[in-house]
Amino acid sequence: MSDPVSALNRAAFTGIAQIAETGLQGMITLRGDLASAVVIKAATAAAGTDMPARGEAKIKGEHGLCWMSPDEVLVLCPHAEVAMTIAAMEQVLAGEHALVVNVSDARAVFRVSGPLAREVLSKLAPVDLAPQAFRPGMMRRTKLAQVPAAFWMEDDRTFRIVCFRSVAQYVFDLLKVSAQEGSEVGVF
Amino acid sequence: MSTRLTGFGRLIDRSKPLRFTFDGKWMRGHPGDTLASALLANDQMLVGRSFKYHRPRGIVASGAEEPNALVNLGKGGRFEPNQRATTTELFEGLRAESQNRWPSLDFDIGSVNTYLARFLPAGFYYKMFIHPRPFWKHVYEPFIRQSAGLGRAPKDRDGDTYEHFHTHADVLVIGGGVAGLQAAKAAADTGARVFVLEQTAHWGGRAPVDARDEDRIAGQGAADWVAATVAELEAMPNVTLRLRCMGAGVYDHGYVLAYERLRDHAPDATGPRHRLWRIRAKQIISATGAIERPLSFAGNDIPGVMLASAVRDYVVNYAVSPGDRTVIATNNDDAYLTAIVLKKAGLDVPRIVDARAQGGGALMEAAKALGIRVDTGRAIAKVKGGKRVTKVQICAQAGEGGVLDEIACDAVAMSGGWSPVVHLWSHCGGKLFWDDAQAMFRPDAAHPPTGADGQGFVTCAGAASGALDMAHVLEDAHAAGLAAGKAAGGKAKRTKAPETTARADAPIEPVWLMPQGAKVELRTKTWLDFQNDVKVSDVQLAAQEGFESVEHAKRYTTLGMATDQGKLSNINGLAILSDALGQPIPQTGTTTFRPPYTPISMGAIGGEARGVVFQPIRRTPIHGWHEAHGADWEPVGQWRRPYAFPRKGESVHDAVMREVKNTREALGLLDASTLGKLIVKGPDAGKFLDMLYTNMMSTLPVGKCRYGLMCTENGFLTDDGVVARIDEDTFLCHTTTGGADRIHAHMEEWLQTEWWDWKVYVANVTEQFAQVAVVGPNARKVLEKLGGMDVRAEALPFMAWADGRIGDFDARVYRISFSGELSYEIAVRASQGLAFWEALMEAGAEFGAMPYGTEALHIMRAEKGFIMIGDETDGTVIPQDLGLDWAISKKKADYIGKRGQERAHMTDPGRWKLVGLETVDGSVLPDGAYAVGEGLNANGQRVTIGRVTSTYFSPTLGRGIAMGLVKHGPDRMGEVIDFPGTDGKTYRAKIVDPVFHDKEGAKQNV
Amino acid sequence: MLILQCPCCGVMADETELAAGGEAHLKRFGPGSSDDDFESYLFNRVNPKGVHFERWRHAYGCGKWFHAARCTATLEVFGTYSAQVTEPPQEIRDKISARRPGWRWREFG
Repeated sequence: MSDPVSALNRAAFTGIAQIAETGLQGMITLRGDLASAVVIKAATAAAGTDMPARGEAKIKGEHGLCWMSPDEVLVLCPHAEVAMTIAAMEQVLAGEHALVVNVSDARAVFRVSGPLAREVLSKLAPVDLAPQAFRPGMMRRTKLAQVPAAFWMEDDRTFRIVCFRSVAQYVFDLLKVSAQEGSEVGVF
Repeated sequence: MSTRLTGFGRLIDRSKPLRFTFDGKWMRGHPGDTLASALLANDQMLVGRSFKYHRPRGIVASGAEEPNALVNLGKGGRFEPNQRATTTELFEGLRAESQNRWPSLDFDIGSVNTYLARFLPAGFYYKMFIHPRPFWKHVYEPFIRQSAGLGRAPKDRDGDTYEHFHTHADVLVIGGGVAGLQAAKAAADTGARVFVLEQTAHWGGRAPVDARDEDRIAGQGAADWVAATVAELEAMPNVTLRLRCMGAGVYDHGYVLAYERLRDHAPDATGPRHRLWRIRAKQIISATGAIERPLSFAGNDIPGVMLASAVRDYVVNYAVSPGDRTVIATNNDDAYLTAIVLKKAGLDVPRIVDARAQGGGALMEAAKALGIRVDTGRAIAKVKGGKRVTKVQICAQAGEGGVLDEIACDAVAMSGGWSPVVHLWSHCGGKLFWDDAQAMFRPDAAHPPTGADGQGFVTCAGAASGALDMAHVLEDAHAAGLAAGKAAGGKAKRTKAPETTARADAPIEPVWLMPQGAKVELRTKTWLDFQNDVKVSDVQLAAQEGFESVEHAKRYTTLGMATDQGKLSNINGLAILSDALGQPIPQTGTTTFRPPYTPISMGAIGGEARGVVFQPIRRTPIHGWHEAHGADWEPVGQWRRPYAFPRKGESVHDAVMREVKNTREALGLLDASTLGKLIVKGPDAGKFLDMLYTNMMSTLPVGKCRYGLMCTENGFLTDDGVVARIDEDTFLCHTTTGGADRIHAHMEEWLQTEWWDWKVYVANVTEQFAQVAVVGPNARKVLEKLGGMDVRAEALPFMAWADGRIGDFDARVYRISFSGELSYEIAVRASQGLAFWEALMEAGAEFGAMPYGTEALHIMRAEKGFIMIGDETDGTVIPQDLGLDWAISKKKADYIGKRGQERAHMTDPGRWKLVGLETVDGSVLPDGAYAVGEGLNANGQRVTIGRVTSTYFSPTLGRGIAMGLVKHGPDRMGEVIDFPGTDGKTYRAKIVDPVFHDKEGAKQNV
Repeated sequence: MLILQCPCCGVMADETELAAGGEAHLKRFGPGSSDDDFESYLFNRVNPKGVHFERWRHAYGCGKWFHAARCTATLEVFGTYSAQVTEPPQEIRDKISARRPGWRWREFG
């Protein structure tokens, strides 16, 4: 039996912030009518959190719900529990027009942490990451340099970034360049 | 001579010496020096040669407007040409070289051009290089190439790193002089998030230099007020201050690029060299000050002639005297400040030549009180000197230049008045008006650049808006700061601008030519643009020859087209043009101000995008294995796919031949992970796919696969792939490698913008899976050895799929074939992709398993006559051209592209159609070659009747095979047609069926 | 470099996060339509100086299409709205009328 491995197998780097690939995270795309009671039930039961409002990420440890678009949430759960979680969701959703699909392996996840984490991300994303503008609990889909990515904050100095698995190395290299020694900006 | 003074020098640290070289000669300076001030301190006034005539040129200015002092800086990976000495901070070991001279700065062969000046007037290039025609290639072009360019392009790879930084501001203040600081303070007090950018290394701008001893701001000296205000701003949490950060350009919707020079002054420190700020600001205050204008008199380009404000800067800031005896020429009161400063520094000011008949105000009296002689109504007729000013001749401003007096001197300080720096205001559409009283273009506050809400988002403050005395500057800046803060959502505050001391100046009198009636021999020696060698006579000639628009005159003369973009020359030039055209200056108008304000580095523009992160490279889960096994890569979109796996001592071609042969005879493994996989689900999924594909997908049974074609609304084939029906409501659509994101977007577009009431959801699961094609006669054996699901033909027939386990892996197995062999495409989770591949390699060893790459894949599909999107299609090919009518449903009323395919041109029987091509001699047809027919077309070229779309050497058939589109091709089987190659040979090929191998399809269906 | 607010996710999106999709409110002509109608649907586009209605996709974001009403001359944005309508909503038209009295765009005004 072979253990599943994440794209970069927990590679890490320390510069002006700490960068780490966090290993495998269970991720399930749920598309449906987010106002539907059945869809809400399927999502919240799977994640054990409240339904996120537009632009929110409700995270509780390895579980969580991220608002992706008006008809899509991303369900987070431990990687090993994905199949079980999908089965449970599909049971709740029986008869409902919805799509549940495992995307855990299609993604890579990074953590960027430290007092300068906001600066590292600001070098790559056209997003206002000032503390008054972006806080834990918020979710942002955008681009990091040339590739799509999404992120939220675990706490005021820690970002969780999700990108496609195929560009994991590119994103890791980008973060390394952005966190290079001597590149502190001193804005936030 | 120019030298270091004992007094003054507010910006330098005399206690620390720095060593640097100029043209290989060691010189000394101090921390705080610019390269320009340090050169002057070492009596190096001559710093370069002009572009066209190679005339000796000295330092004219002290800041970003400098046209002359451009040098090559650094060496190796840090070499950079065209760096302004006036904005280059000195550091230990700095290495500078002069430009545009050969063999040396002092003795320059090119300066012969100056004697040819009579023959090199405006538009010379356009007039000269026309006839005779044959001269162009062998004489003119080599000559122009030889003389083109300023400085030298770097040869080595840039040794530094760069980055971008995105940020958002309520109020962005550009310029850290007193206006910028006061505006920032007023804006910050409203609670707005304020950024203040200053391009130099110091706050305060000109005020600390230009303030008289008695001048006070809020009861303090100017320098003290600046220090106190900066300290106050630094203490505010809502304010960010950046030095060495230039506002480079203002763009739509409050977008600003700013250029921060982090390591230019400390190249050995770690970290990025430059940072490009990408700022979104609700309000922008351009407190960019003003630039002093030169005066136009004969010999105004001789080294030693400088702006009066620059002379002041060098004395006060850097304790450098540009000359021992400085004559001052002016048309306004500011230059008197220079005279006073020079006098205080113990230097001689033999004369102030004031073009105004009445002379100046209080400052003139102050200068006179110091014993300086002032001549009013006078002008400089001519400056004498070669590599350095030696004397000036004085004349009446009103006359033609008759010499009244001659004064020996080694420097001339000139002031023609001030031009507000309106660049940032103008970048995004702010309008200007001409202020006659102050003789300047000023921002027209009634016509600002407007943003997303239709309201103005840029304000000019202080000298940039045309306020020249301190009281006006501060009031203007304060008001601008308050208004911007409020407009950006801050709380209105009732605060006041600080009190200042008034200065009683006499008005400026515009002087565009000195003397007013300068004779032609003076005008041909009177420079407007120092860097590009444009003289008053050139602009007058342009007007005379009909280049009346300022934009035309600019390009004809090259006025303002040098790297300084005419910061000193534009206003003087258009005043001369206006005079020549007999029209007022505002009617002539200005040329367009375009970003960046001063040149910024290419590195900063590129930011992080270099080296490994130049562009994203997409990697499959098996990428590392391919790399370790010597894959020769082929870029496919952003993916890298193995083209082949050459072994030691094997050529890539031989590897491809081996891979094809092995796959056909034993077992080949292909990493097919890059193929797009889209889940389409919902009660209307079948109906939706019937619209997307040309054939019927809604009838596909669960558990089965069907090949499908997708077209654009134009009818052209855009993608193809195998669709598998997962359950009643769910389909999995395979796309080409390059098509995954595109087709996903295509589906979403139709669902969101046309059929939004259809119940369908789409998800792109391409990267969730690693997919391996297990291909060849031994394919089933290796899967059976691994064990798990039943892969026999009875359980899993051709064009079926099933979920199950292969060895230790959860897998979805598709019985599809792109090679014509027995083939299983097996998808496993990406996180187990590498392990699965390795398990297959290991288990397959006894069956002859080898990996194969994209080229073997291409050859095998071509042997089978399968089309490839991008080879057989090019955006003009419809499926009917490719003989794919069998995959186009006749029953459907509609699908995307159906109407397009009904157009007359698409149903024309003369369209080129797909055929196979076999060279008569077995050789390989050149890719893309055209077949020629009888006769000539309307252009007299031979008629073309077809072209090659794919061509390979087939190891299976032992000969060249090809596919192509040929007019009436399918009706011409067996005919031989000609393909002239670019190598001069003509290739003869027979038209054949495109399926070369296993026409019955027996091998794949076992 | 525009900023448009995506009406689907609320983000003030930078132009680099968006993909432009050309003229809005086109009617599709399929099989059975005249050559003129089909040509017009496929190729003919208005190119006004002033008020314009466009399709945009929040490509590096929620992925949704939306419509934007803006002035091509000044880049003033009158509003963004759902892609799932066949004509500009009244609220947007009123906003334009307030800023550009007497405006016209194709059959709308």
